[in-house]
Amino acid sequence: MGLLDQKFENSNVFVTSLDGLLNWARLSSLWQMQFGLACCAIEMMAASASNFDIMRFGVIPRATPRQVDVMFVAGTVTIKMASRIKRLYDQMSEPRYVISMGSCSNCGGPYWEHGYHVLKGVDRVIPVDVYIPGCPPRPEALLEGIMKLQEKVRAESMVKKRA
Amino acid sequence: MKKAMTPQEIQDILKTKFGDAIIEAKLDAPQPWIRIAPDKTKEICFFLRDTDTIQFDYLSCLSGMDYNNGTLGVVYHLASMVHRHKIVLKTQCTKETLHIQSVSAVWGTANWHEREAFDLYGIVFDEHPDLRRLLLPDDWEGHPLRKDYKVQEFYHGMKVPY
Repeated sequence: MGLLDQKFENSNVFVTSLDGLLNWARLSSLWQMQFGLACCAIEMMAASASNFDIMRFGVIPRATPRQVDVMFVAGTVTIKMASRIKRLYDQMSEPRYVISMGSCSNCGGPYWEHGYHVLKGVDRVIPVDVYIPGCPPRPEALLEGIMKLQEKVRAESMVKKRA
Repeated sequence: MKKAMTPQEIQDILKTKFGDAIIEAKLDAPQPWIRIAPDKTKEICFFLRDTDTIQFDYLSCLSGMDYNNGTLGVVYHLASMVHRHKIVLKTQCTKETLHIQSVSAVWGTANWHEREAFDLYGIVFDEHPDLRRLLLPDDWEGHPLRKDYKVQEFYHGMKVPY
């Protein structure tokens, strides 16, 4: 076969694309911005605990936007909170991702009609990559959402623009 | 001396002391209540707190009301830790007058409760030390728990209705 095969066959060398390497590194350590706003935060905490162990996906909760890759918006986004979410999102370094967890942050949830104080979907202030339905979603659903995001990151390329 | 008073006894004392400021009462209700004049609220509350036989030293709750006929109101749930008795006071104002005396000098608890009632009903509490909105943003338009409230279309560029 090729020259590379003969030369590196027995010397622990892998060949990959730079895109693949970077994406693999990114998707394996999606550090998480803690953003528990309501009851979804309880499920997010359950996902972090030992039964579901979110850390096996490389998701580590951080308390500052400077150190994170993904923001879990877990709970009801009030209009007063929305400007804070926008600011914290702006403080995250790129590439940055957002997972909207639960009906409230997806579309306003039970507050969609009479909730004068609730933003009808966090996507009105920041772009969202993955929506997780549920009220609240179970921890398995959050893990599924993380895996969906990982698929998305895996397909990214440095030369192609992000959608 | 600790002795629980009946609502009737409390009303009688208030009647003799304040006369016309005691507008009406319903004492056979599950929570007996007495309606008092909005411009005498503070005086009556100081009296209820400081009289030894009554001693309402605890304001359990202060709620705003919209009766849906142009009338707004405030309901005070009072309790006495000493005598173990309770009473409910009510006051009313109209959407034109909007003024009710603050009782935050009587019970410190009333400070934030009155701010909440101001926030959500627009009731103005005279002599309140710091009457700002409590829950909603400072530049919010309107008072949401009023029956005729219409939500604003945009807040800082964010669409508010669905």
